[in-house]
Amino acid sequence: MKDDHKAAQTADGHKMSGAQIVVQALIDQGVEHIFGYPGGSVLPIFDEIYQQNKFQHILVRHEQAAGHAAEGYARATGKVGVMLVTSGPGATNAVTPLQDALMDSVPVVCICGQVPTNLIGSDAFQEADTVGITRPCTKHNWLVRDVNDLARIIHEAFYIARTGRPGPVLVDIPKDIQFASGIYTALKSMPCTSYRPPLDGEAQAIDYAVNLLCEAKKPVIYSGGGVINSGADAVRLLRELVSVGDFPVTSTLTGLGAYPASGRNWLGMLGMHGTYEANMTMHDCDVMLAVGARFDDRITGRPDAFAPQAKIIHIDIDPSSINKNIRVNVPIVGDVAHVLEDMVRRFRAVCYGPDKISRAAWWQQVNTWRARNSLAYSNRADVIMPQYAVERLYALTKEYNPYLTTEVGQHQMWTAQFFGFDEPNHWMTSGGLGTMGYGFPAAIGVQIARPDDLVICVAGDASIQMNIQELATAIQHGAPVKVFILNNRYMGMVRQWQQLLHGNRLSHSCTEAQPDFVKLAEAYGALGIRCSRPIELDDRIGEMIACDKPVLFDCRVVSLENCFPMIPSGRAHNEMLLPDEATDEMVTSAISSVGRSLV
Amino acid sequence: MNTQNSGFGSAYFIEPDNDPVETHTLAVLVNNEPGVLARVIGLFSGRGYNIESLTVSETEEEQHLSRITIVTRGTCHVISQIRHQLERIVPVHRVVDLHVRACELGQGYPIERELVLVKVLAQGASRVEALRLAEAFHARLIDATVEHFVFEITGKSSKLDQFVSVMRPLGLTEICRTGIAAMNRGAKNM
Repeated sequence: MKDDHKAAQTADGHKMSGAQIVVQALIDQGVEHIFGYPGGSVLPIFDEIYQQNKFQHILVRHEQAAGHAAEGYARATGKVGVMLVTSGPGATNAVTPLQDALMDSVPVVCICGQVPTNLIGSDAFQEADTVGITRPCTKHNWLVRDVNDLARIIHEAFYIARTGRPGPVLVDIPKDIQFASGIYTALKSMPCTSYRPPLDGEAQAIDYAVNLLCEAKKPVIYSGGGVINSGADAVRLLRELVSVGDFPVTSTLTGLGAYPASGRNWLGMLGMHGTYEANMTMHDCDVMLAVGARFDDRITGRPDAFAPQAKIIHIDIDPSSINKNIRVNVPIVGDVAHVLEDMVRRFRAVCYGPDKISRAAWWQQVNTWRARNSLAYSNRADVIMPQYAVERLYALTKEYNPYLTTEVGQHQMWTAQFFGFDEPNHWMTSGGLGTMGYGFPAAIGVQIARPDDLVICVAGDASIQMNIQELATAIQHGAPVKVFILNNRYMGMVRQWQQLLHGNRLSHSCTEAQPDFVKLAEAYGALGIRCSRPIELDDRIGEMIACDKPVLFDCRVVSLENCFPMIPSGRAHNEMLLPDEATDEMVTSAISSVGRSLV
Repeated sequence: MNTQNSGFGSAYFIEPDNDPVETHTLAVLVNNEPGVLARVIGLFSGRGYNIESLTVSETEEEQHLSRITIVTRGTCHVISQIRHQLERIVPVHRVVDLHVRACELGQGYPIERELVLVKVLAQGASRVEALRLAEAFHARLIDATVEHFVFEITGKSSKLDQFVSVMRPLGLTEICRTGIAAMNRGAKNM
């Protein structure tokens, strides 16, 4: 650390090439790993990377994977993830992870090569208007036109990516700028005057919110990914607030782990596939505290029937998230950790514990909803139920405090429902964008950051094939990621929606030609495991954990299971479809012709 | 549980907004750097907001600041979303809703002016009539030959609309409007 600081001081004001400036700036930012793929217009940077040993470059097999790996890395560590791609196709392949990071507020810096300045606009080989293409899918982006601006821009990029509402940024560097020599400027305070993320919430609003919470008879806390993004203090303060106020707490998909799943006040995840108790508590509450969450449509269901009696308090660092989808009563713009600190202090000062009688009645109500056991499923001896597989995976791995990533679909929801997360930063999933192909590369990114920990990607048989080529990355870099495929031979969530919405006409949702995942794993040099009998499942999972190589686990599960509970499109929180009520007839009539047009 | 098929609303869009649609003018102070206008316009097209008029020019040369004036239509809720979304753009310094500010200052509306150039091809009696109307509207004659006139007129958009409509039957062939420039009345700046 001390040496790096010395290096930064000595580098400041020195003349060097653009490519050297990039490498120096990354070192000064404390970067230890970057994910990338070389190409013509980033060769000077790759040449400099070759000649240094301060950070390690992880070569992926597709630029999309570089982005998701950087996202996984960022989510596991709380640091900024870095990706490096070439111009044209390299940049366009980076678009999906950039949008993914934008929607889930993940700090990522994408450094991207561009054709030389004098060829820009000439339709040169591997030219694309990268800054134009990525403008709507980044928090900010830059095309570097002068090598003397390069160091400042990279430092600014890191600052913007990690502060405020975190997000992806992109720096597009023409090849001639990488060769040109210019002055390196070390990290300084930010001159960027138009960008000032808010930190502290307005005191008056906080007072008002605390009074509401104090007087609430039926309160609930709805926490989101913003709590985890805000950091360890925010997580600690959230837990403290829950405990001093004895509040029921639920969370969005991306917020899992902020409040421990083993905690007494935990209701489970809310939303479309959330638990009955979480959704009913949200629907019937009188005061709702939304912390670092954005009232996504998967959370609210029908907005006009959302928590009809509730006074809503909303803490968010992004003013545009407030009143966007749901009108709130008490907006508090600020960083979750700062606001919660003020709130907890104020709460302790003015509130002498909740009204015992009304709170006991509320908890009793919550417990009757809990007793509905909305995650129940009927297990079978002849075939593995996907819920059972996730339950066993949890039971057998929790002692390792594993990191979990998922792809997108039914397996993602089952993992969110049945895997208990007690710690933040241990759960990475594509929430906002819903990117199939996210989980495996993200898991590699996590494993690079946490080489000694157990990293598991729960995947579907369809999703995993979207970035299956990354097995080679995992092998090359010794990242023993465990890929646990819930193989039902369908795009399960698509099939479920076709059953719900389209008369069970399963149009192109069955993966009829499937690779032999065991042989595929072996072809890459990984271990393949197959399991189709419930009785063998524990032993096979044990083999997977014990293996020091990447593992592709082909878990053959029952093929037509639906993911419940579910709020069908166009329904309110108190109109959930529960598993024991979901007969075939009920399922096909659950959504009306109007609901059918919704996503 | 209630699962009958009744009372559906969209789960994915904001509930139908029955508030009245208003026209507001936003003043946006931005760094004068490449792509900044594209960021602003991209935000409007990407999120489905309206642009009725847009003007932009550098206003503070030393600080490299430009001022963008956007006239937009929407409910109050949509317009405040637009303001917050604009404020998220990194090179945006400030966004002021001039209509809201005018209300706060106890004034009716902000000052809004526009300039239009009008080319009229006219002969004989029409020529005389065009000149007479231009004078009545306080339009300036910028260019003329025996066949044509070019008039310049500045004022409220409604006055410009009227001028254009009276010139149309007299041989109007080309129009160029600048879009609205606006600021609030009074001694306070934005």
